[in-house]
Amino acid sequence: MEMIEKTRKGPVIFSDYTQGESVKKLLAVSREDILFELRESKLKGRGGAGFPTATKWMLTAAAKSDKKYVICNADEGEPGTFKDRVLLQEYPELVFEGMVIGGYVVGADEGIVYLRGEYEYMYKNLLNYLDKMRSQNLLGKNILGKEGFNFDISIKLGAGAYVCGEETALIESLEGHRGEARNRPPFPVNTGFLGKPTTVNNVETLASIPHITVKGGEWFRQFGTDKSSGSKLLSISGDCNKPGVYELPFGIKITELLELVEAKDTKAVQIGGASGVCVPKAQFNRNISYEDVATGGSIMIFNETRSMIKVLKNFMEFFVEESCGQCTPCRIGNVKLLEGVEMIEQNNYTFSYINKLKELGKTMQVASKCGLGQSSPNSFISILDNFKDEIFNNSNGGNNGN
Amino acid sequence: METKETLRAPESQKAHVVERPTDLNTIGGTISIEINDKKVSIPLGTTILDACKQNGIHIPTLCHHDDLCIAGVCRICVVEVEGMRTLQASCAFPITAPIKIKTSSTLVRKARRHIIDLMLSEHHGECYSCVKNNNCELQSLAKEYGVDSYTFGHIKESRYEIDKSSYSVIRDMDKCILCKRCVRTCIDLQEVGVLEAVNRGDKTTISTFMDKPLADVICINCGQCINRCPTGALHANDPSDDIWNAIDDPTKHVVIQTAPSPRAAIGEEFGLEAGHSMTYQLNTALRRIGFNAVFDTNFTADLTIMEEGTELLLRLYKALVQKDENVALPQFTSCSPGWVKYLEHFYPEYVDNLSSAKSPQQMFGALLKTYYAEKQGIDPKDIVSVAVMPCSAKKFECNRPEMQDSGYQDVDFGLTTRELAKMIKEAGIHLPEVEKSHFDSPFGDASGAGLIFGATGGVMEAAIRTVVELVLGIKVEDLFNNMNVMPVRGFEGIKYAELPLGDKVGEVPAILKSLVPNWDWLKGATLKVAVVHGTANAKKVMDDIKAGGKFSQCHFIEFMACPGGCLGGGGQPIPTNLEIRQKRAQAIYAEDSELELRKSHENEHVLKLYEEFIPEGPCSHKSHKLLHTHYTKRGKYIA
Repeated sequence: MEMIEKTRKGPVIFSDYTQGESVKKLLAVSREDILFELRESKLKGRGGAGFPTATKWMLTAAAKSDKKYVICNADEGEPGTFKDRVLLQEYPELVFEGMVIGGYVVGADEGIVYLRGEYEYMYKNLLNYLDKMRSQNLLGKNILGKEGFNFDISIKLGAGAYVCGEETALIESLEGHRGEARNRPPFPVNTGFLGKPTTVNNVETLASIPHITVKGGEWFRQFGTDKSSGSKLLSISGDCNKPGVYELPFGIKITELLELVEAKDTKAVQIGGASGVCVPKAQFNRNISYEDVATGGSIMIFNETRSMIKVLKNFMEFFVEESCGQCTPCRIGNVKLLEGVEMIEQNNYTFSYINKLKELGKTMQVASKCGLGQSSPNSFISILDNFKDEIFNNSNGGNNGN
Repeated sequence: METKETLRAPESQKAHVVERPTDLNTIGGTISIEINDKKVSIPLGTTILDACKQNGIHIPTLCHHDDLCIAGVCRICVVEVEGMRTLQASCAFPITAPIKIKTSSTLVRKARRHIIDLMLSEHHGECYSCVKNNNCELQSLAKEYGVDSYTFGHIKESRYEIDKSSYSVIRDMDKCILCKRCVRTCIDLQEVGVLEAVNRGDKTTISTFMDKPLADVICINCGQCINRCPTGALHANDPSDDIWNAIDDPTKHVVIQTAPSPRAAIGEEFGLEAGHSMTYQLNTALRRIGFNAVFDTNFTADLTIMEEGTELLLRLYKALVQKDENVALPQFTSCSPGWVKYLEHFYPEYVDNLSSAKSPQQMFGALLKTYYAEKQGIDPKDIVSVAVMPCSAKKFECNRPEMQDSGYQDVDFGLTTRELAKMIKEAGIHLPEVEKSHFDSPFGDASGAGLIFGATGGVMEAAIRTVVELVLGIKVEDLFNNMNVMPVRGFEGIKYAELPLGDKVGEVPAILKSLVPNWDWLKGATLKVAVVHGTANAKKVMDDIKAGGKFSQCHFIEFMACPGGCLGGGGQPIPTNLEIRQKRAQAIYAEDSELELRKSHENEHVLKLYEEFIPEGPCSHKSHKLLHTHYTKRGKYIA
């Protein structure tokens, strides 16, 4: 198969790695050893929610069942995110070996990659790569000769729904149902795919694991901050000269980031995609980390020429369409927020109504069934709060706040 | 007990389900939690909603329904759980740790009010023109939370066309709040699967296969979705205007038959507790409304037993004595039109197993426009025949093209319990206060055997009371204490019973003499029967029959489409739950036990009808012409 040449350099994920290295390491160590290193590494989920990976795997390992699953969440759908694509195209060994390690640790013999429908073009290549791993006995029965170490991976394509990136909706979709989030508890670690214990991990999380397996948790932890260890792949887009995928240690300041990608006259940075927050210029000294501004990887840069109300409208239109439609706050709430944005745009609003919508947004954040509805009001609230001068002065002739 | 297990989902749907412990005591262990600063002890695994209910704390619900699996989608039942970032849906949260709950904090109240406001903003229609006015859960919630204005606006234009294609169920999606109770009823409770959510986001709606009209899909018209719809989005196709017109037309002779289940439930529409039978008050009320004659469907239920019981004995005779291999056994009951259509769609290869005997409603219809018309000297074209049924599928049944054996449509209108209650109220009558009166001749009162048709197991019990006596020549009370055939009673989803007939058989009664010479061939035989209610359970039994399992060895199986049988039918008062259905069953069985006449074959009026009108007896040529029918192998690909 044709692989894209690896030219990227980075501290952790893009550091040197030999294919098969981590799986070979497994032959000599127990699952507890791996879990220990994982806990030492303080690796947190890279999809955005930041759940400690060691805990998730430990819970799945502890669940009693005849069958367990490791699922790779490759439904990369957050607007402005494209780093998983790079990993899958250029570093599939990291992702797949991460799944093999996961299988070893939690006691699963089956792994499934839920691949975003729009990534269908890489489907064949990935299948070929899995075949190659099988021929090397990195997948299949008695992996590398280790008796009873069985693990294989299949790939399922999604159909384009944003909500299927939410792990329980992803599982529903895998099972052939409508992509709708489940009630939690029970959590997938106990009741997941087909009712069996399942660990669902992001592509990037899995790609970090072979490195941790080989180089150790302590090595991993030296990068990043205390609460956000390691590095983060950032998908940087928008008004800058050097957009693309960067591997940067956690804790990097937004100003440093902007300098790196040669962004000029930046007015705002949307961090974490449509469901993230919009950081205004005054807060550019904040840093990218779970404890400050968290992100699954999406960084969108807007310069002075951009209209923030249009940015917001775009996000809200996205959520109105992508809400799965099952719970009331998200299904109708997003429509109301979008209507509010349109009112502002048409200069046909009252502040009391906009404030009511902000209150509604706060209800959506706590009362929606899944992360989609809980985070969809974030940009509504943060953009209206952080850019009120621009938004309200522009539209109502300066009668701001009265 | 009608346990959750017997009403459970197919494997594929279980993913949606948070398993609720069916018997909380068996989980073992209790846990101490705090609800609104008050310490209480609850069984481990109880949901927050149930824990609050047990401790007298009301939490509003919409998508939750006692009969259905948990959805957790409306979010109206959210509560605060200390230490959790978001509010939790109390219906979907099983308690496994010592948590602290706040059920009406500012955050919770605000969230609930927001959710109600959002629902109202998209709920198109006015309360006073809605069939569910005063019995609408959304309306009640709006009142409970003091909604006095539309905070987030109110939709002014209709978005969906009302689907009136079905004889039974009308869908008005403008009023739908997407609680998905109907979806869960159709997929999970009944395993029919006609309704499902389609599209995404704000375009989400409940629809049918390819958005076809309900009449063109495999809907079995059971109406269970109507019973569980919290708003007026689903309701029955109401013929009461046409019935008023007929009553007002002096040239028409309007007759009405009342089935046992509506009588056991209609009191609920007048504020009575479930379980008060209104049989005789109803007779008076119906005459006051203007019906020319009031008849008891139980009469033709008795007739059904005669026909269906004879048919069963004939099938057995053909199979066992004449070694006819083409006889379809087990014989299935055919009085539940929802079940009949279910079988026609899902197991069309088994239509021959259905008893060809018509349902009591349709037998009555055929007799009213023939025997009764003749006897009363009324031109059958002037008779308008109405049937009060607990059922929405009966509306479809009376419109089946084959149901015109009198030369006219045998039954003109199927009227549900709810619709009749509305007519009675419209006439200014408060039913519970009306004096009692009897049914009209020539059919008169009927037996308790016909009466218990209303509960699951009733048809089987009625058949056993008759078949045992006709074949063994003994009194059924010698076999079953007080004639109560307990093995076929109760709300278990699937019941199975064996009845050894023994070595002594009786004489063949005169009425059957022409059909079988003797009963000797039944000596030592064991009658195997089963009773099934709810089509989800029917599916299990049919699959077992297909696989050649235990139920394929049965001789006779009673199937009812609705959970609980007719008393839980799609035309019955709303709300419904297990407790209500059990009370209705108690009312029916209590009425039966008080009657003197409790066996169909002892009903003098039935015997007189045979003598005068069908002298050749049950399953004869004339009886086949009027009282039997045939079925359609519909499959899943035709409407």
